[in-house]
Amino acid sequence: MNKKLVLLTTVGVLFLIAGMFASMVIGAKDIPLHDVWNGIFHQAEGINGQLVREVRAPRMLSSLLVGGMLALTGAMMQGVLRNPISEPSIMGVTQGATLAVAIATVSPFIGGMYGNFLMGLLGSAISGVLILLFSMKNASMRSLSKILLAGTAMSTFFLSLASVVALLGNRSQELAFWVAGGFRQANWLQVIFLVIIGGICSILAMTLSGKINLVNLGDEVAIGLGISPEKVKLLTILCIIPICGVCVAVAGNIGFVGLFVPHIIRKIIGNDYRKLMPVSFLWGSVILLFADILARKLMAPYEMPVGLFTACIGVPVFLMLVRKEKK
Amino acid sequence: MERSQQYHSYKKKKRMLIAICIFVLLVSILVGLMIGSYSMSPMEVIQTLFGNGNKMQNFSIFKIRLPRICLALVVAGALGVSGGVLQGITRNPLAEPGMIGINAGSALFVVLLISSKSSEYYSAISKMTAILMPVVSMIGALFAVALIYGLAYKKGITPVRFILTGVGINAGITAIISFYQLNMSKGDYNQVLTWTNGSLWGSNWLYIAITTPLVLLIIAIILWKSRTLDVLGLGDELATGVGVSVQKEMVIFLILSAFLAGLATSVAGNIAFLGLLGPQLAKRMFGSNYRLLLPMSACLSGAILIFSDTIARNLFSPLELPVGIVVSILGVPYFIYLMMKEK
Repeated sequence: MNKKLVLLTTVGVLFLIAGMFASMVIGAKDIPLHDVWNGIFHQAEGINGQLVREVRAPRMLSSLLVGGMLALTGAMMQGVLRNPISEPSIMGVTQGATLAVAIATVSPFIGGMYGNFLMGLLGSAISGVLILLFSMKNASMRSLSKILLAGTAMSTFFLSLASVVALLGNRSQELAFWVAGGFRQANWLQVIFLVIIGGICSILAMTLSGKINLVNLGDEVAIGLGISPEKVKLLTILCIIPICGVCVAVAGNIGFVGLFVPHIIRKIIGNDYRKLMPVSFLWGSVILLFADILARKLMAPYEMPVGLFTACIGVPVFLMLVRKEKK
Repeated sequence: MERSQQYHSYKKKKRMLIAICIFVLLVSILVGLMIGSYSMSPMEVIQTLFGNGNKMQNFSIFKIRLPRICLALVVAGALGVSGGVLQGITRNPLAEPGMIGINAGSALFVVLLISSKSSEYYSAISKMTAILMPVVSMIGALFAVALIYGLAYKKGITPVRFILTGVGINAGITAIISFYQLNMSKGDYNQVLTWTNGSLWGSNWLYIAITTPLVLLIIAIILWKSRTLDVLGLGDELATGVGVSVQKEMVIFLILSAFLAGLATSVAGNIAFLGLLGPQLAKRMFGSNYRLLLPMSACLSGAILIFSDTIARNLFSPLELPVGIVVSILGVPYFIYLMMKEK
C-alpha cells in the first residue's frame, strides 16, 4: 500500500515539474528553455523575458493551483456526501459562482478582479448553502440519481440566469469562456488571490481529512466515535465554498476535475482521505497543467476551452461510475 | 347505483379539467397575439383574425405573431408528448429529453450542418437546408438515444441507469457544442446561443409546414400504441406477464420520442424542462391514462411555451431572451420541488 503511495507521489511530482517547464516553454510562441531561465532568474529584457514573467509564469501557477484545488474539493465532497460523483461542477456550485461572476462583469458597479472575486465567493456560497440544506433534508444523499438530477437542475438554472445577464449586457461570448473555463487572462493578482484564499482553505481542509475519514464510514459510525457528522459536513462545505469561488473567478467553470482525479487516485491508494486529499491535489495540478498546454497549443494561435479536455476524460469516467452503480 | 353516480361525477370532473386546459391554452394564445412592441386589444386581435384588420394589424398578426404561436404549439406538442413517453417508459418523473441529452444530440447535428454550409443561421438559411434540418436533427436525436442506450445496456436497461447515463451524455455533447460556438464570430455566436438555448425567433410558415405533418404523424402513432405505454407503467414483471415484450416496446417508444424531440429541436433549438412540466402537470390532473395524458400534456406544454415566449419577447423588449431560458427558470423550481417530494 505504502509503496503505491510513494510511487504515485514521486511520479506525480516528476510530471508536475515537467509540466511546469513545458507550460513555460510551449505556447502560441515557443520560448527556448534558456530564455525561460534567464527571464526568471536574471530578469532578462526583451519580449521573451517579459512573456515569461508576465504571461507564462502566472498562467502556469494559476492552472496548477486551480487544478489542485478543484481535485481537492471533489475529494472532500465525495467524502462527506458519501457518493462517488459529487463534485462542485456537478452539484452546481461552480455554476452559481459563474452566474455571480457574469453579473459582476456586466454591471458597471462591481467590475474588475476584486468584484469578480467577491461575487464568485457570494455565488458559490449561495449554491453551497443550497446543497447543504438539500443534504440535511434528504438523508439519502447517496442515491446517485437524486443528487445528480438536483445538481443538473441547479446548474441549468444558474447558467440560464447567467445567459440572460450576458445577453442583456451583450457579453455572451465572454460568458461562454467563463462557462467553458480557461486561463487566458491569468495574471499575478489572481495568483496572489489563489495562494492566499485557496491556500488557507486548503490547509484547513487538510486538517479536516481525518474527520472526513470517519464521516465517510457512515453517520452512525461517526456518531459512535464521538463526531458530529453534521458539523463535519458543514465545516467541509464552508471550506469548499471559498475555494470554488476563487477558482471560478480566476478560471471560470472547469468541470469534472474533481470527479475523475480523486476517483482514479482512490482506486490506487484506497480510501484514506489523509493521503487521498493531498495526492488528489498533486494530480489535479498535473492534469490541469497539461490540459492548459493542450488548450493553447492544439489550435494555436486560437485557444480552446480547457473544460473541453477535462470533459473528455471526465465524461467517460462518469459513465463508468454510473454503469457500476447497482440499482 | 352509487357506483355509477360516482363514475358519472368522475367523468364530469375530467371533462371540466379538459375544458380548463383548453381554455388556458386559448387565453395564452390570445395574450400572445395581443402583447408585443405593437400591442392590441383583444377585440382588435379577434377582428384581425377574421380578416377585418388594418395593414399594421394584419402584418403583426399574420406575419409575425401567428406563425410564432403555431410553431410554439407544434414544438410544445412534440416535447410534451416526448417527455410524457419518456417518463412513462422509465417510470421516473424526472426523465426529460432536454436533461438526458436527446435535445443536445440533435442540436449538435444541426450546428454541424449549419456550420458546414454557411455562417448564417436564420432567415438566410436556404430552402434546401430548411428541409434538411429536421432530418438531420432527427438523426442527431436518434444518435444520442442510441449512444445512451448502448452505454447504459448491461443485461438489459434499468431506468435509473438510463437517465444517469443520459445526464452524462448531455454534459459531453454540450461540451462539444460549446467548442464549436467558441470558434465563431461574435454575431454568429449570439445567434447560435439563442438557438442552443431554445428560441422561436425567426419562425416562419415554411418551418411549420415541414414539421407539423411529421409531428402529428408520430403523435398519432404513439397515441395508437398508448395502451402499451399504460401497461409498461405497471412495471417490467407485470408488463411481461400481460404479454408485452418490454425491451422491444421500450426501444420503439424511445425512438419515437427521440424523433419528436429532434423535430422540436430542429426548429426551436434546445428547450429544456418543457418535456417535464407539461406531462407532470397533466399527470397531476388526469392520472396516468396515457391516451388522455399525452394530448393534455401537449396542450399544457403549449400554454406554458406560448406564455414563456410572450415573456421572452417583451420583458426586455426590444431585446429578446431565448425562450428556453425562460422555460428553465420557470421549470427548475418545480423540478426541485418534485425531487424533494419524491421518496
